[in-house]
Amino acid sequence: MIGLEHYLTVAAALFVIGIFGLFLNRKNVIILLMSIELMLLAVNINLVAFSSYLGDLVGQVFTLFVLTVAAAEAAIGLAILVCFFRNRGTIDVEDVNVMKG
Amino acid sequence: MISADIQIVMPEILLALYAMGALLAAVYTSKDGMAPVLTWATSALFVLLAAWIGINGQGTHVGFGGMFVDDGFARFSKVTILLSAAAVLLMSEGYMQRRGLLRFEYPLLVALAVVGMMVMVSAGDLMALYMGLELQSLALYVVASLRRDSVKSTEAGLKYFVLGALSSGLLLYGASLTYGYTGTTLFSGILEATAHHPSIGLLFGLVFLFAGFAFKVSAAPFHMWTPDVYEGSPTPVTAFFATAPKVAAMALFARVAHDAFGDIVADWQQIVAFLAVVSMFLGAIAAIGQTDIKRLMAYSSIAHMGFALMGLAAGTELGVQAMLIYMAIYVTMNVGTFALILTMEKDGRPVTNIAALKSYSKREPLLAIIMLVMMFSLAGVPPMLGFFGKYAVLLAAYDGGLGWLAVAGVIASVIGAFYYLRIVYYMYFGEDSDALDGRAPPVLWVTAVVSGAIVGLAWVPGINLFGLDPIAAAAAAALVN
Repeated sequence: MIGLEHYLTVAAALFVIGIFGLFLNRKNVIILLMSIELMLLAVNINLVAFSSYLGDLVGQVFTLFVLTVAAAEAAIGLAILVCFFRNRGTIDVEDVNVMKG
Repeated sequence: MISADIQIVMPEILLALYAMGALLAAVYTSKDGMAPVLTWATSALFVLLAAWIGINGQGTHVGFGGMFVDDGFARFSKVTILLSAAAVLLMSEGYMQRRGLLRFEYPLLVALAVVGMMVMVSAGDLMALYMGLELQSLALYVVASLRRDSVKSTEAGLKYFVLGALSSGLLLYGASLTYGYTGTTLFSGILEATAHHPSIGLLFGLVFLFAGFAFKVSAAPFHMWTPDVYEGSPTPVTAFFATAPKVAAMALFARVAHDAFGDIVADWQQIVAFLAVVSMFLGAIAAIGQTDIKRLMAYSSIAHMGFALMGLAAGTELGVQAMLIYMAIYVTMNVGTFALILTMEKDGRPVTNIAALKSYSKREPLLAIIMLVMMFSLAGVPPMLGFFGKYAVLLAAYDGGLGWLAVAGVIASVIGAFYYLRIVYYMYFGEDSDALDGRAPPVLWVTAVVSGAIVGLAWVPGINLFGLDPIAAAAAAALVN
């Protein structure tokens, strides 16, 4: 029987993979965008699982909001990335280093 | 029922409608030709809304089933946000015009970000919180990369976007855990559910939520985006980042800490105290080696956020009051300082090197005195306004039983004074140079002089910090009960 804890485990695993993708990835900014998406989707799994477990619709409404915002966020991220590529000619993470910080 | 709800969110609705209408109007007419008019109009609208909210607002109103709260705390934050955003827009107009940066989207994106901030400080529910936060963040990502033909500006936008999205993710994960372990997203419901012993899952949610907030207020150890974003963005945008969004994020932090987790103060007090102490020391020490004044202001803002968090860490009504006073004072000082930074240019190009201020006092005696007042105030030297902010948070921390934190704050503020005073030293004792054109556009000159007068004259008996104390006390009483 698959219970709440299984869903929470999967979501936590996906979330951690997303965070590691952000910090360990040295290749490509697109992968950063994918990692961010993975984190948000892990949260959605969490919300839907809790919603079903609690018999409460609010979690699913929240999920819809998160999905919508994630789409807008991806659009803005790609737009900024296109601008950056035009100026720098590369989207390697190692080349995002004009300013040291 | 619904009309009463609409009445409560009227300022936000008006501002959002204005932004969308103006966007359409500008697209179908002269586009960037409308930009100066729109900048002034947006600024005027901010001031009008601030006056409306400040004068008309009475009592506490809750709308949309508890999702939106209009109380004294929200109104105090909204007025601060609106006025500082209006001041920054006024300062930006000339600067951006001269550099061909003034696009009509700029004032409207700022307006949309301000709508987001107003929703944030009024949020009574995790969903309203998230939507407000994202509206603000998405607008700010775009504004950061406004100079889209410059590598630095787009890089700043990219870094801000990636780390901002990461912080939103952390915050959302915390929100989902909080929802799961309390069964509700309403702050009032969370407060009820935490009244007895909170579960370990809820505490995890709390930590993730607070980590997300720490990112947004740029508190150490979640500060790494701040210096790069401040340096890379166009200076007026940096001035905006340093003021209104900080107030909004800090107010949101306090709102969640007290409205949703007000019964388990002991559980989050240590986290906030840790953030405060790390931010104060990191901001003070890392700023010493900086040569770029925008990066310096970034570290300065990290240190100041540490002090504001100290007020919050006290976990008392006095603490929230001190935090509000501190944020209002911080915003005033930053508006004045950035007005002066915006005047720094040579042959039509902006200069951000601190060494360019050498012998500034010989060329611009009045502006140099204002800069001196600002620097003393940022450092917290007694007669200036900044001292009263520091005094309030130190007192609140001591009163809340965090004596060690107050001592740490004093030490950090002494270390931090070094780099502020170094700027003063350059201005008055640096060797002669002509690294700057001595020319301050009227708007910047007026902003600098007015904020210089406010910051420098706050100690005069009878002014009494311009009545800030009782207003902040009423706002804090509305939040903590």
